[in-house]
Amino acid sequence: MQTIVAYVENKPGVLNRVASLTRRLAINIDSLTVGPTENEEIARMTICAHTDENGARRLEASLEKLVDVLVAENISDRSMLERDLALIKVAADQQNRPHLMELIKVFRGRVVDVAPESLIVEVSGTVDKIDGLLEVLRPFGVLEMARTGRIAMTRGGDLLRPPTAASNSSKDKDSAPASS
Amino acid sequence: MKLTGAQILCETLEHLGVRHIFGYPGGAILPVYDAIGKSKLHHILVRHEQGATHMADGYARATGGVGVAMATSGPGATNMVTGIATAMLDSSPVVCITGQVGSKFLGSDAFQEVDITGITMPITKHNVVVTKAEDIARTVREAFIIANSGRPGPVLVDITKDAQQATTDFDWDATAPKLPPKRIRNNHNQEQFDRAVELLNSAKRPVILAGRGIMLSGAMRTFEQFVRTSNIPVAMTLLGIGCFPATDPMNLGMMGMHGEAWVNTAIQEADLLLAVGMRFDDRVTGDLRTYARNARKIHIEIDRAEINKNVKVDAAIIGDAGETLANLLPHIHERDHSAWLAHIKELKGDSAVRDIQSLPDSGHLYAAHVINDLWKVTEGGAIVVTDVGQHQMWEAQYYHHDQPRTLITSGGLGTMGFALPAAIGAKFARPDAEVWVVVGDGGFQMTMCELATIVQEKIKINIAIINNGYLGMVRQWQEFFYDKRYVATPLVAPDFAALANAFGIRGERVTTRKEVVPMIESARGTEQAVLLDFRVEQEDSVYPMVPAGASLHEMIRRPNNPLVETASEP
Repeated sequence: MQTIVAYVENKPGVLNRVASLTRRLAINIDSLTVGPTENEEIARMTICAHTDENGARRLEASLEKLVDVLVAENISDRSMLERDLALIKVAADQQNRPHLMELIKVFRGRVVDVAPESLIVEVSGTVDKIDGLLEVLRPFGVLEMARTGRIAMTRGGDLLRPPTAASNSSKDKDSAPASS
Repeated sequence: MKLTGAQILCETLEHLGVRHIFGYPGGAILPVYDAIGKSKLHHILVRHEQGATHMADGYARATGGVGVAMATSGPGATNMVTGIATAMLDSSPVVCITGQVGSKFLGSDAFQEVDITGITMPITKHNVVVTKAEDIARTVREAFIIANSGRPGPVLVDITKDAQQATTDFDWDATAPKLPPKRIRNNHNQEQFDRAVELLNSAKRPVILAGRGIMLSGAMRTFEQFVRTSNIPVAMTLLGIGCFPATDPMNLGMMGMHGEAWVNTAIQEADLLLAVGMRFDDRVTGDLRTYARNARKIHIEIDRAEINKNVKVDAAIIGDAGETLANLLPHIHERDHSAWLAHIKELKGDSAVRDIQSLPDSGHLYAAHVINDLWKVTEGGAIVVTDVGQHQMWEAQYYHHDQPRTLITSGGLGTMGFALPAAIGAKFARPDAEVWVVVGDGGFQMTMCELATIVQEKIKINIAIINNGYLGMVRQWQEFFYDKRYVATPLVAPDFAALANAFGIRGERVTTRKEVVPMIESARGTEQAVLLDFRVEQEDSVYPMVPAGASLHEMIRRPNNPLVETASEP
């Protein structure tokens, strides 16, 4: 599994271009998340792909060839945090509810909704952690689940920031057409 | 100044220096055509939109500038798809402008509505829909930059009809391009650079693999200097032909599936390959597991995504070919490779034996004769635009190009029907050049409607049809790999000379070898377009041939005389 973080133009069609590219390279996406950044014109993507290091390198380089992709960086080998968020609706009645709550507490999940026959757990963390909670909840009956997919960020001073408009003004020069 | 979107488009194109547009009108682009009528732009009416894109492509390839094609929405736009993909695979800077239904009808399946940006997403470098008149100028300016920067490629701009019709203020300075602020990578890697220098200075049997990137970079002179200093022989890809004089003793010729035997053998025996502006296409490498096993590999390439894609290299330098070669040059020691060069010369054999012209005239006309004669008569000075197939490979083998951008051919996509329209584009780009179309009887029938464009525009192009009555290259594969079961390759064609006459073009049939030179001379001597229908040997094959998927040294040689790969006696 390889993790690539990309900054892209926040406009229609960009997600389509990124998805179309992975399809063309025959790279299977495990999760792809998009969200706004502090700059509303730029969105941040985290792409988790089933591929090897060379596949990730090609994906990263090919992504940066898209005009709307400002930066693409494979951070798989760097010290980083990865988070996934899940909402899990579990069957629960009066009898087993306390036991369920105990288990959820171990995984640092939060119960965000309780109904007579079910409850909803909100849990965030690494994929392994969420998968672990899911394993424990399954015997009670998982009725519904929604997961966000992973977001990732490198630790400490290892900053990955979008470039600014000033950094590349030199290339905005008209290109000459054909002349004989 | 208040202008309509259509007028702004024309103003912008004129500002950018565009003089020719290859296109076909229709409902959704009519406002633009009305504006073209009042502009200084020369619009060339094509007969099919595929032709328009090939013409713009040929125009771009002949000069290195941007070619412009135009079509209406729906079928007009979809007809461009093959031409766009052709330009994409060969990194050709083409800007396609399509009309689109009005913005309020988008997504409603309106008459002649098609999602052309969705369709062309994987075959363009970039594409964009414009729905407002005020965005037209900036978007078109950006399209020109994108098309012809870095690794060039096609860009499609889809303009809705209401954007063409709306009126807005136009001020050139206020429409400056605003491309996304991309990270500029520092691609300089000293470690890789030093390794490349070390490998180059220690190699005993090096070969340079030269690709089209050298021409796109305009680095022919630097490249020649590099060859002289390093004393390394050059093998070329099909699209690399012209980047280094073919008649130079250091030029071995074309490599790959139909490369000359000594070229492929030299690559397999080499201890170092220096790849410059090429991408190790499967037609060049053959089986990757056995490709140049003894060789260390250095890759100079502007597109980072190409590094280690097909062939894993020992050193990669990402950057413009010319700049990189210039940076390397001061570090390269002059080296004596005379033993290696002598060995390759030995592989090559006696060139006099190989010269097809010295074969006795048996009355048979071979394609290689026609192309070799064309080279001799034109003294290698013509722009030759080929189609795809056997004639294309014979052209690469027997027309020796000393100048860059004089062979225009569809390499990556291998698009039949490319030659005739691309040649029309090349002629508009370089009106003083002698332009020859070399095309098979199959490919010619795909786009021969453009003969009418030649007549309407009164341009001088010479057309040599290499007519063997078959889809020759497919037939050759059937002969070699399908036990001569010629399914769907025998081909009925019209009388091409009579057809040319019907269009108002002089047409001649040539059936014997002795007629070839006089006919070529006669065609060159007239002011009007001429079509020559060369009736050549029907079942000749291109040799040598590396079967698809075989190792590069596993070549099928001409059975009776491997030194005379082409046009030996049957």
